[in-house]
Amino acid sequence: MALALLVAVSSALVVLAAPPAGNGSISGKVTYTGTPPKMKPIDMSKEPTCAKQHATPVMTENLVTGPGNALQDVVVYISAGAPETSAPTQTLRYDQKGCQYLPHVLAMEANQPFEIYNDDQTSHNIHPLAKVNPEWNKSQPPGTPPIQAKYEKPERIPVKCNIHPWMHGYFIVLNTSHFSVTGDDGSFSLKDLPAGKYTVTAWQEQSEPQTQDVTLGAGESKSVNFTFKVLPY
Amino acid sequence: MRMKNAAVSFFSGVAFVVFLAAGTPCSAQIDHNITPVTTTAQSKVGSMTGHAYGVVDSGAQVYRRYCVGCHGPAGDGNGENAQWIDPKPRDFTAATFKCRSTPTGTLPTDEDLYDSITRGFVNSNMPSWRPLPPDIRANLVAMVKSFSPRWQTEKPGTPIQITAETPVTIESVLHGRELFQKMECWKCHGPAGKGDGPSASTLTDSQNNPIKPFNFSAGDRFKCGATNADLYRDFMTGLDGTPMPSFADVIKPEEAWDLVHFLRTLQPMDTKERELWKSYAAAHKTDIKPIGPDTGAQ
Repeated sequence: MALALLVAVSSALVVLAAPPAGNGSISGKVTYTGTPPKMKPIDMSKEPTCAKQHATPVMTENLVTGPGNALQDVVVYISAGAPETSAPTQTLRYDQKGCQYLPHVLAMEANQPFEIYNDDQTSHNIHPLAKVNPEWNKSQPPGTPPIQAKYEKPERIPVKCNIHPWMHGYFIVLNTSHFSVTGDDGSFSLKDLPAGKYTVTAWQEQSEPQTQDVTLGAGESKSVNFTFKVLPY
Repeated sequence: MRMKNAAVSFFSGVAFVVFLAAGTPCSAQIDHNITPVTTTAQSKVGSMTGHAYGVVDSGAQVYRRYCVGCHGPAGDGNGENAQWIDPKPRDFTAATFKCRSTPTGTLPTDEDLYDSITRGFVNSNMPSWRPLPPDIRANLVAMVKSFSPRWQTEKPGTPIQITAETPVTIESVLHGRELFQKMECWKCHGPAGKGDGPSASTLTDSQNNPIKPFNFSAGDRFKCGATNADLYRDFMTGLDGTPMPSFADVIKPEEAWDLVHFLRTLQPMDTKERELWKSYAAAHKTDIKPIGPDTGAQ
């Protein structure tokens, strides 16, 4: 009796201590069909300290493609069915460098702390156009400490600098820690998933988000691909 | 929900009194189409008005009469006149306000909203509502707050401290001028403060409508008040919903005063700052570096 109780208590403790972390995964590739719009070179001549950091002009980043029709900067995440996660502690970094946002798309979990750096020799004002979360707008001259921030509610927030109107990016605040942003090969990987039924969403800033349902067995790895139809304008 | 809120206010002593005094006489004529909730909004506005709580029910009636044409029945700034108006009427559902005493990204205090209603906004279609009695303006504050759920879960920010103004000296003016260059104020407001900086033509507000940076040479029709303390507050809080950011984390209080003193030299009125600058500029014609891109990065 006592032993059974002990077992029950200790297993309860295990459940409390660690949320059900599985070892299943969903991975795949995001590609496009159609003709992607031509990205335009950005004229930074009004900000010489930034212009001289780039040997060739920086291109706009509304739709960034890679080899093999790969689509970059797509946020792929578990939009339903994701296991509860503990409060995120890892601090993410967002840079303003050469009058560009690096990365162009920063995905984060709600309440995840992040820091915004100004690595340039010019002032930026960082202005995330939040609608659900509070909207703020802060000046950040060169050499000032990073701005600490976090968002409490899930939202896709466009970010801009009013001083340098070509600068734009996104904060993607998610309900889950299971997300991945595609690189130039278009690949993504969502790891540490227990068995379950999931909805996976892929978001690209110029396109309608896409979703797919995936059922994962214990320890199973599944491949899921997303294809976005793109138009040349 | 309505009953519950009414019950809550019923048991909070002061609110009850005010509810009887101001809420009840009007409540028979309320148009419930534009009354999202019946609640009393806690407010310190009472210290100014002798009216301790704004009452939404009473505010709704006045709102319908004076505000709905522009701000709309849902408070989203889409009233029937909105399409003809520039700048657009405020969207209260976002709870983002230009003129606040609180840090960027936080809710304004009731006093801030009360002041905005009282002052009106120059260079816009929003008139001053000073002719309305103070208690009615307080009720409008409660009404404005009823349009966004943020007021249910968030508290207003802690108002920024406005330090005692530093003396007006030429050193202060010159340092303010340096900051005007260094903080890139001129990128939007222009090297001479005429609102014609290199980024000026690209600016949009958060609703993506074009917006002009302030032209200091046009006078002192400042939206959020024209005193030196008002300008100080503008830098520190930023004007949320517009391209004007907050400098609270990056300039010190005395620097903000220096900037205020410099801005007064850009204005056409005769001020002490302008006199100081004029005589300095006359004596140092050759060694004044112009503001703008030619001076290079600091």
